[in-house]
Amino acid sequence: MTTIQEQQRIQTEFQEKMDQDELLNCMRCGFCLPTCPTYIESGYQESHSPRGRIALMKAVVDGLIEPDEDFERSLDLCLGCRACEPVCPSGVNYGHLLEDARDIVNQNKKFSMPVKVVRNAVFKGLFPHQERMRGLTGLIGFYQRSGLQKVARGTGVMKLFPESLATMEKVLPQVPTMKEMKNRPEHLEPIGTKTHKVAFFSGCLMDTMFLETNNATMKLLQLAGCEIVIPKDQACCGALHGHSGEKEDAKALARRNIKAFDDLGVDFIITNAGGCGAFLVDYDHLLKDDTDWKQRAQAFADKIKDISQILVEVGFHEKVNLELPNQIITYQDSCHLRNVMKTASAPRTLLQSIKGVQYQEMQNADRCCGSAGIYNIVESEMSMQLLDSKMVQAKATHATTIVTANPGCLLQMKLGIEREGLSGKMRGVHIVDLLLEATRTDQ
Amino acid sequence: MLPNTVKEKLISIVTAANFDDSKTGRLVYSYDATPNFQSMPDAVVSPRNKQEISQIVKICNEYNIPIVPRGSGTNLCAGTCPTEGGIVLLFKHMNKILEVDEENLTVTVQPGVVTLDLIQAVEPKGLFYPPDPSSMKISTIGGNINENSGGLRGLKYGVTRDYVIGLEAVLPNGDIIRTGGKLAKDVAGYDFTRLLVGSEGTLGIITEATLKLIPMPETKQTMLALYQDLEAAAKSVSKIIASKIIPATLEFLDQPTLKVVEDFAKIGLPTDVKAVLLIEQDGPVEVVERDMARIAEVCKEEKAVSVQLAQTEAEAEALRTARRSALSALARLAPTTILEDATVPRSEIARMVNAINEIADKYDLNICTFGHAGDGNLHPTCPTDSRNHDEMERVEKAFAEIFEKAIEFGGTITGEHGVGVMKAPYLELKLGEAGIAAMKAVKMALDPNNIMNPGKVFAKDSRKRVVVSK
Repeated sequence: MTTIQEQQRIQTEFQEKMDQDELLNCMRCGFCLPTCPTYIESGYQESHSPRGRIALMKAVVDGLIEPDEDFERSLDLCLGCRACEPVCPSGVNYGHLLEDARDIVNQNKKFSMPVKVVRNAVFKGLFPHQERMRGLTGLIGFYQRSGLQKVARGTGVMKLFPESLATMEKVLPQVPTMKEMKNRPEHLEPIGTKTHKVAFFSGCLMDTMFLETNNATMKLLQLAGCEIVIPKDQACCGALHGHSGEKEDAKALARRNIKAFDDLGVDFIITNAGGCGAFLVDYDHLLKDDTDWKQRAQAFADKIKDISQILVEVGFHEKVNLELPNQIITYQDSCHLRNVMKTASAPRTLLQSIKGVQYQEMQNADRCCGSAGIYNIVESEMSMQLLDSKMVQAKATHATTIVTANPGCLLQMKLGIEREGLSGKMRGVHIVDLLLEATRTDQ
Repeated sequence: MLPNTVKEKLISIVTAANFDDSKTGRLVYSYDATPNFQSMPDAVVSPRNKQEISQIVKICNEYNIPIVPRGSGTNLCAGTCPTEGGIVLLFKHMNKILEVDEENLTVTVQPGVVTLDLIQAVEPKGLFYPPDPSSMKISTIGGNINENSGGLRGLKYGVTRDYVIGLEAVLPNGDIIRTGGKLAKDVAGYDFTRLLVGSEGTLGIITEATLKLIPMPETKQTMLALYQDLEAAAKSVSKIIASKIIPATLEFLDQPTLKVVEDFAKIGLPTDVKAVLLIEQDGPVEVVERDMARIAEVCKEEKAVSVQLAQTEAEAEALRTARRSALSALARLAPTTILEDATVPRSEIARMVNAINEIADKYDLNICTFGHAGDGNLHPTCPTDSRNHDEMERVEKAFAEIFEKAIEFGGTITGEHGVGVMKAPYLELKLGEAGIAAMKAVKMALDPNNIMNPGKVFAKDSRKRVVVSK
């Protein structure tokens, strides 16, 4: 519950901090409406559409409405998938408006004690510290390997958790050991003729829970002729913070990463998570008011490239023999990879060049699956509604393999498969893992 | 604010879940796609069927409460902006395709069906619904009917009006009427169907529509003709038509538009020419080939510097995309985009384009022109900034002159966007005093309490006002 005083502070800050030009840029044509998952799923409620949300932000600035609970609800329910941006005739940068609005609301709001504790623990205590991420992942590993998992499932204690969280517990990957997580390479030589020198952004979650995927990514880069540098001082990209209204924390992480990747003499900085990549590529905007860092942020952002994009650019799929046993595969876009990094055709090109598989495009593959960072936990109901729609489309392709390009999407797909009772018949896999699985180096 | 008794009565009809008078809920229905119009409704109501609508209308009629029926709010004449408050009526529950009749070639729908969904539902059956307003991905059939929407295919196939053959509507007194039917011929009484089409929600609320479908054309070809002379491009348009060829699409883009489109879309459009025509023909292969060859000849005779036929569907699609991105490209130039739709007989296209350019110079404005040249429907578009009051005054004056010129050339103030509030002050230019009086008489006979979308179509005073709000 926001108090009157909080509302007034929020209103004042909206007037001072929101980008008025960007708000005015929305000409309310409504072309964004058909692309907005929450507009569609909420039964065409304008307050849950991009046009509606921008109108609400502007109305708070203009003093037409107060930033009350309904207003916050409208912001909260947004997935931040940014599917509205590519179709916007005026090129409104909705994602930036949303982040600014959320930041103002959250910074001026007193959270209840438990929420505050959790937010602090996650945003400040956990994600910025890679050793703690390893520690947590280690705990999950202990849970999975010690037999505790069996006990937990057997006693039904998981029923006490929200449904999405309880199912999530089942679909987490078998996590690596502490030893594996600690001994990470810092430099790798290309295999074959050198094409590029690149840096690898390993990410926080990707380098712990999804360590195997990171290993696969580096292997593919080597096979693509890339010399790889993996700076040790890099940190979490800050996307989770930025999207949740903790902008200052995000900026601190951005500065740390820019520093870690400075002066490496690399052509590109490679990511394998659409969500991270999209945030990294926006560092120039995040630090636009910071005169000391603006230029460096721009140089950093210009180098960001997704793994699938560089693989296509160097012709990896033409050079390397890719082959898999006969199966139908489909691809679920990572919203941020598609809408912000503008990478949509590269993953499809790669998948279509695997021999033995039949690629079947899924209807509405470009619509958000409902994962959206921590959205599937905090907005479980809408998230599951979106996931159910997604699974209908996935099943219609008759695919046995659903490929994604972001860890959140991957977990959500696995969750969908579990919910549909399709485990064993259908699998969710990250594109680099599938590509490595398909790579025949014995040619 | 609605009186409490009214609120209670409305809730008892539609249930609390379908009644919203929260500030947020009302704010998001206080606007449509028209720049500079915003006004809060008192409540937003989502009925589930015609009986509920009839009951709502009766209550509003009793208590004198304005009703604004609203589809997706994409119109460009402030037709769904609740300028006098009251309730905004949504059709989110009434969005079913009721029947595709393959024997009579008709489709019967509820008003909330999205235009593109309808098109996609009939096309697999080899049937074609031609009206294609550029907002068709989200616009609703109810909105299209109320605004009598046009589109790129209007030249050959006509507009929404030409496909509505039957309607069901709730009148302002709550009566439910049915007009027309699945009939090719029907002269029983006044043509109420046509009266309701384009009435902008001022005469009643459409609750169901039967639309005519036609067989899907077999093939389509796309061509781009380039000109160094505006006049020559415009002349080609007239001459193609005079050669007794009606192309499916005949679109015009002037040089300023071309430049911004190319800058935005980067598909290699020529920016060193004064104008281009995008021409399409559809139908049986032999006819399409013959027509396209003849059109190419005409263009060359009229001094087109180049005529290129798209070799692949991908190429054709790129050209169509370029045309469709005209508005997008222009919208990026400045925060506010004023898009108008003055329309003239197609023989007057050249004079109208010249007149627009002269008016733009006179008022020191950047006006780009593109549009459906084949049916005389131009879109002079002015990228501007609503915060610049001096410039907005000039925009206002320039468009007033553009409307006057259009009328002078035998045209109209609006070809496909509707009158709404935006162009109400100019309606008399087109209709004259007697014309307005006749229309008002119809309005007053059906809606004596003026509850149906009040303030639209008919201006309250003669103050001219397109973009300047005081």
